[in-house]
Amino acid sequence: MFRKLSLVMLSAFLLLLPLSGCGRQAAGPPGSGGKTVLLNGAGATFPYPLYSRWIDTYGQMHANVKINYQPIGSGAGIEQITKKTIDFGGSDAPMSDAQLKAAPGEILHIPTVLGAVAVTYNLPGLTGHLKLTSAVLAGIYLREIKKWNDPRLTALNPELNLPDQNILVVHRSDGSGTTNIFTDYLSRVSPQWRERVGKGTAVNWPTGIGGKGNDGLSRQVQANPGAIGYVELSYALLNNLPYALLRNSAGRFVAPTLESITAAAAGAAARMPSDLRVSIVDAPGENAYPVAGFTYILAYREQADPDKGRALADFLWWAVHDGEKMARELVYAPLPPEVVTRVEQKIKSISWQDKPLLTAKE
Amino acid sequence: MICAIGLLGLVLLMVILIWQAAGPSIKAFGFSFFFTREWDPVHGRFGALPYIYGTLVSTLLALLLAGPVSLGAAVYVAEFAPRKIKNILGFMIDLLAAVPGIIFGLWGNFVLSPWLAGSLEPRLEHYFGFLPLFRGPATGVGMLAAGIILAIMISPLITAVSREVLEIVPASQREAMIALGATPWEVVRRAVLPYARTGIVGAFTLGLGRAIGETMALTMVIGNRPQISASLFAPAYTMTSVIVNEFTEAVEPLHLAALIHIALVLFLVTLLVNTVARLMIYLMNRRVKKWTV
Repeated sequence: MFRKLSLVMLSAFLLLLPLSGCGRQAAGPPGSGGKTVLLNGAGATFPYPLYSRWIDTYGQMHANVKINYQPIGSGAGIEQITKKTIDFGGSDAPMSDAQLKAAPGEILHIPTVLGAVAVTYNLPGLTGHLKLTSAVLAGIYLREIKKWNDPRLTALNPELNLPDQNILVVHRSDGSGTTNIFTDYLSRVSPQWRERVGKGTAVNWPTGIGGKGNDGLSRQVQANPGAIGYVELSYALLNNLPYALLRNSAGRFVAPTLESITAAAAGAAARMPSDLRVSIVDAPGENAYPVAGFTYILAYREQADPDKGRALADFLWWAVHDGEKMARELVYAPLPPEVVTRVEQKIKSISWQDKPLLTAKE
Repeated sequence: MICAIGLLGLVLLMVILIWQAAGPSIKAFGFSFFFTREWDPVHGRFGALPYIYGTLVSTLLALLLAGPVSLGAAVYVAEFAPRKIKNILGFMIDLLAAVPGIIFGLWGNFVLSPWLAGSLEPRLEHYFGFLPLFRGPATGVGMLAAGIILAIMISPLITAVSREVLEIVPASQREAMIALGATPWEVVRRAVLPYARTGIVGAFTLGLGRAIGETMALTMVIGNRPQISASLFAPAYTMTSVIVNEFTEAVEPLHLAALIHIALVLFLVTLLVNTVARLMIYLMNRRVKKWTV
């Protein structure tokens, strides 16, 4: 009986131990009054696995901060942050000028991690990776290149034995940040694509069939020999899908890897505007992979509630420093140091009544 | 009575809310929304025609495929099957009717589509390729796959309800027919089916309702391409699918309004189809009455 009781007390003590330990480490800021602060976030689905890991880890260190993040889609995230029904939003694409104007206050874009799009295909018996340029990829998706042994493809891949087979184009049927990055890339490199189709989370595809989600799309590709499609990079890596090497702006054929994506962000850091809303497709850099993009957390610069604002700023600060170290493990590309310094300034500018909320960080 | 009025009020409220939310799209496109083929979220041009077409054709195809099979199954189970088989079969059909759509979708995606692409579609093209219906690349996803999946989903429902209806046909009807020296088949055709006609049409209406509203299973096999094509092999798109696909990431206000506009159109189409079915039942009843009087 007593043993049981002492066991319960011991486990309770052990549970409380890390909380009290980290309370000291956090040195005050978030909710130092002992009141529990609740932060609600919602938006993009792409970073959800990483965000929930962050929230979990951060929550273990800060018992008085509770954070929720609902993966309801970028569009809904933008809408809800505009209506102020949540404390922070998540979006794979930066907000447009019109959307920013519609918001009741200045919204900050905080890049958290990077995503990229891999081009996958189903060509049985092919040894080695297919090589593609932006022009050829656009040609395929515009249905100008219809066969795998088209001279434009064989010229790029002299060592591969490409079959005399029709190309079946597969795209995402659901609105998606992945589609946004992919069509952004095609728009940037192909004037014809920009004119006829444009970029967006859902577009008017000139050809092809639609699969729902990364899994639906890759199933369509797997089921049809001769098919080509695009998936989110982590999905391609985790499922060992074949991927194409793409020629970047430096003229090199680059494989989609976490390193080549971080390199793309580093290459694009120089052209980042002050509000950090930037597309990094076709970024400069020897090793930069051309089809990548940031995912953002959206938050108001001027916070309505000092406790919430302080907790949010502290969480974001932690996320882009300690949190980034978890990214690789979950197959997200971490921010390069060049971008982290830019993000730090943004987080520091989060304020209440024009007084910055993060003072202790140097 | 309060409950009934409340229910009606709820439906009205829903229509009003959908109408309001679709406002920007209704203002921008008006009636042309029904006849425009284009769906271009990037340039803000929206039309519902391919989706209306996809929903109606996939539903029609499903009814054509499921109708004879379900009716036959219902007649066999209710009239001809030995008692043991009847119980087992009846139970299995009821069970099938309760399987959620997503499971049919998964099955369609993993089993049906590859089979269509690998064996059925090439054969159809080989033998019936002279018809535009059966031409084009066989990918296994498209209108045909959608029709078959829907047919499989609604046939247990139609069978289960039809069987119930057939079983409550009074024994006196059958006995009278047998007394006249009719064969078992004649009994079914002349006495049982006409008597149960209204109920069977009701069963089909229920199946129709499920087919029009089905979303996930269809999204997984229809190919999701807003086009109107003569070929059954070609990908298509339905109203429910486009809503579930694009709603979460619809960032532009007009895009969102257009999707809600589609929901409104779906509401109208469902209402229209159900009204037609009701009307059919009514006309049939009148004709039957005229005969019997």
